Amino acid sequence: MPDIATEQARHGSSIGQPLTRRDGFLKVTGGATFAADNRPEGMLHAVIAVSRIARGRVTHLDVAAAKAHPGVVDVMVPGNAPKLASDPDAKNDPFTFRLDLLQNDRVRYAHQPIAVVIAETLEAATEGAELLAPRYETEKPRIGLDTAEAHQPEAVGAGDKTAASKGDVEAGLKNAERRIEAVYETPAQYHNAMEPHAIVAQWDGDRLTVDTPSQGMAMATMRLAGLFGIDPKNILVRSPFLGGGFGSKGFLSGPQVLGVMAAKHVGRPVKLVLRREQMFGPVGHRAETRQTLRLGTDGSGALTALDHHTLTATSSFDDFYEPASALSRYLYKAPSLSTGHSGVRVDTGTPLFMRAPGEASGSAALEAAIDEMAEACGIDPLVFRQMNYAEAEPISERPFSSKALRECYEQGAARFGWDRRSPEPRSMSDGAGRLVGWGVGTALFPALMMQAEARAEIRADGSGTVAIGAHDMGQGAWTALAQIAADGLGIDLDRLDFQSGSSDLPNGGIAGGSAHTATAGSAIHSAAAAVLAQLSELATTDERSPLFGAGNAGVYAAGGRLIRRDDESRGESFSDILARAKKNSVSASGKGAPDPASRESYAMHAHGAVFAEVTVDPDLGQIRVTRLVGAFAAGRIVNPRLVTSQYYGGMIWGVSFALHENAVVDPRSGRVMNPNLGEYHVPVNADVPSIEAILVEEHDPHVNPLGIKGVGEIGITGTAGAIANAVYHATGVRVRKMPITLDKVLG
Amino acid sequence: MNRFDYVRARTIAEAVAAATEPGAAYLAAGTNLLDLMKGGVTRPARLVDVTHLPDLDRIDRLPEGGFRVGALVRNSDLAYDTAFARAHPSVAEALLSGASAQLRNAATVAGNLMQRTRCPYFYDPASACNKRQPGAGCEAQGGETRLHAVLGWSEHCIATHPSDFCVPLVALDAAVEIAGKDGTREVPLEAFHRLPGDAPERETVLEAGELIVAVRLPAAAAAFSGHSRYLKIRDRTSYAFAVVSAAASLRLDQGRITEGRLALGGVALKPWRARAAEAVLYGAEPNEHIFRQAADAALAEAKPSGDNAFKIELARRLIVRTLTRAAAGTPERMPALPASAFEETLHA
Repeated sequence: MPDIATEQARHGSSIGQPLTRRDGFLKVTGGATFAADNRPEGMLHAVIAVSRIARGRVTHLDVAAAKAHPGVVDVMVPGNAPKLASDPDAKNDPFTFRLDLLQNDRVRYAHQPIAVVIAETLEAATEGAELLAPRYETEKPRIGLDTAEAHQPEAVGAGDKTAASKGDVEAGLKNAERRIEAVYETPAQYHNAMEPHAIVAQWDGDRLTVDTPSQGMAMATMRLAGLFGIDPKNILVRSPFLGGGFGSKGFLSGPQVLGVMAAKHVGRPVKLVLRREQMFGPVGHRAETRQTLRLGTDGSGALTALDHHTLTATSSFDDFYEPASALSRYLYKAPSLSTGHSGVRVDTGTPLFMRAPGEASGSAALEAAIDEMAEACGIDPLVFRQMNYAEAEPISERPFSSKALRECYEQGAARFGWDRRSPEPRSMSDGAGRLVGWGVGTALFPALMMQAEARAEIRADGSGTVAIGAHDMGQGAWTALAQIAADGLGIDLDRLDFQSGSSDLPNGGIAGGSAHTATAGSAIHSAAAAVLAQLSELATTDERSPLFGAGNAGVYAAGGRLIRRDDESRGESFSDILARAKKNSVSASGKGAPDPASRESYAMHAHGAVFAEVTVDPDLGQIRVTRLVGAFAAGRIVNPRLVTSQYYGGMIWGVSFALHENAVVDPRSGRVMNPNLGEYHVPVNADVPSIEAILVEEHDPHVNPLGIKGVGEIGITGTAGAIANAVYHATGVRVRKMPITLDKVLG
Repeated sequence: MNRFDYVRARTIAEAVAAATEPGAAYLAAGTNLLDLMKGGVTRPARLVDVTHLPDLDRIDRLPEGGFRVGALVRNSDLAYDTAFARAHPSVAEALLSGASAQLRNAATVAGNLMQRTRCPYFYDPASACNKRQPGAGCEAQGGETRLHAVLGWSEHCIATHPSDFCVPLVALDAAVEIAGKDGTREVPLEAFHRLPGDAPERETVLEAGELIVAVRLPAAAAAFSGHSRYLKIRDRTSYAFAVVSAAASLRLDQGRITEGRLALGGVALKPWRARAAEAVLYGAEPNEHIFRQAADAALAEAKPSGDNAFKIELARRLIVRTLTRAAAGTPERMPALPASAFEETLHA
């Protein structure tokens, strides 16, 4: 891994520059075309009718009334829906989630699609859906973690182990000088991206084109190919911009497929856009958890045991388990450690990956428990974390590929002013009579790598193209990946044609797991390197070139030129090299993938430390997060502006997790009672008066060729716990059930 | 079928005539009504658009003192009217603590009085609700009731009225000017909204076709301008309905309260004038002891309608705080976070 500063000095590099979003102008002027902005010739509108019951059967739909409504073209119901080539309830692999596609009259959760009305206008389709007036045979829904016997899942999250442990936790607890045991609860939360799930689908014979937000176009293509029995080559998925995804657009959802079915059913292009309340059911959510933490320490405050068990919910018909205990395998040093999960089947839609799946909920509980343990030991909570710092990954005992968490603690604490914290709860105030509390939480998110491909080209005019079916869900892929591409090719950004956001480009993998920049970036880097190798070959083997004899390793690219490393005065432009070789262009493909050997040898995670200040009204209980400082180390930073924005977004989500988000389910009906952004609270600007993110330097020679870790999810972790700890420090009330609302601290 | 007629009235008489038919509803900004219609919660047969009626967007000073605020005055325009805000600072503060800037720019004075409850069971057409369908039952009871009423509720309805604006208005003896087919009448705001009783579908005293044309504040209300506050407790710092809110206005003379006004929001199906508390304040020295007595008096009849007993204690403490702030005097400038617990030094 070359030294970044040297490389930048040498390259005039784009990587590391705080560029503004290349698509920013389009977005603020309304020029960016999102899925629902498409309106092909002859397009019809489809509206989903959803179930109001959570369990039972649909016994009657007034299809005749709906069809009689002016403008309604047809109604798609079980019985007349297009035949599918494969059963959407088949579970071929853990990542093929079962979809409700009008195959029968069964209702498995509230807001399950039960019919689709297709009409000339949105209004007619909406009214048609109302006119269906469904009748049901209702069964009592099973809601909540106590509704049924818990079972042991085969796997949790993205194929993580359900249980992992080392040492003897019971003995570790028994022999501990001090111990704590506490139960923490987190509620169901819904992704609620600003852009609802939307699709515009067009069939031309057995060729299919869809415009739809996707965090994984290649996976979506394969799912569509399987469901409709067509060649994946005949499917085009376009997804240049997403109005947020957060995991809910990682897999094609049922409603999106229904849009494709509707287009097939009527033989015309169809647009289907979910209403906000319809997103509370068929497109995934973060399931509730009840986490039991048991910790013990010796006389010095060193952990002797850490036990983290999560009870969570999944749907009655599919498996996704919030892997909330998993991060306890990676974070704190303890001679005995146990992590496990159990699940309960409930009558809701299937939960799914939601920003920091597992880590967000797990960190909220673990960081509170660590705080409680620190207090039991009479040790400052930051010092306690530093004392129990893991020098190697606790269970696997592998070394970390890099870990600048100590620096995160130090830089964050210094910026926050942690040394001025008084240890006693209720001992700090804002000088105006309000209680002030300071809390800290450790942030962690695994540094994953997935698989992706890219194509790169240099043309005779010295310009370049990089093509990759990557995904910009708002995080800035159009900018960050282009920066990697420009540097990879050694050209200026304005000489680069960066193509992305479409499935006919090389498979860009998945924008998930905070791994997109690392994975797609590695593919781009590899493709670009292959192009430069070809150019270099052309030049260094040609005696007419000033680079003759320099050898492949002896040149580097910058400013559209190849330059000798041993004599930087000698170089040649790409144009000259290609002209002499009588070539219009050179192109190559590249791949990004995890390196099994380094993954085997090293534990790879991004880390951080979040410091929160809350102000609480002593009588009225109202809580405000008045200050947040996060310090994060995530390897090489491609674009500090975008990364800072990602950290802010994550930390604000942490505020949301700690204080606001809560899908209120009526246990009698199984319906979410606040399915709108008026009542499903997320923070507003006034809830986040001061937020800072420190980008802690970290060099990682093992994680991937570019040294990049993910930044998209880590900000939530640490933050929710830090806020809970700050609320305790302010009020002396330990709230173990999130969200922490004012009634819980009123006293 | 959700068909409705749309009538754009040119005169008040035309509006009243058009709205007298069963199933008619007036449309002003529509910030609440249109959402309800889209959600299938209400299905008016006729919308009578009153936004083009002349002169209803005026804020007038009355010759005998006091203000007459036209029904179509936008919340923002009223809150930022310097003379009005100076005379009635708690009303301006309440307005600015409601909704978002965009909504305040659209929403009207009369629409604020007419807004419907935020009870989730009212908004969910699949739930039984006596307001939506008289006699259907109230499914809120036994369900999610954290924010429901603690005063004046009945077994038929436990919802609350969500307005901020109405709370200081009712404290200041505002009156509602109503036009009907037989001319105009005036109703005290305190008598304008009805408690649920056994007919929660009847939310106000308006008769068929009657139209709010103005809200009046009497000259006497301005006498409280030096000691008027509104305070609103909410689940996030801004853009949230009140968990509980309070409006307090005091007249002080030589260290005594010569008159005190108090009203609560978020506790009942109407803005709740706490007259028993006002009686406690009369002639008393403004101190924490008397404020606590006033709070106890205000909540004497309160009882939880579900999982919301905390609101009773919260309302008590909020009353003490709001009276304390009012006694300390109206601030020179509107706080950056209007009606927020996070503004100013506590006088505990």
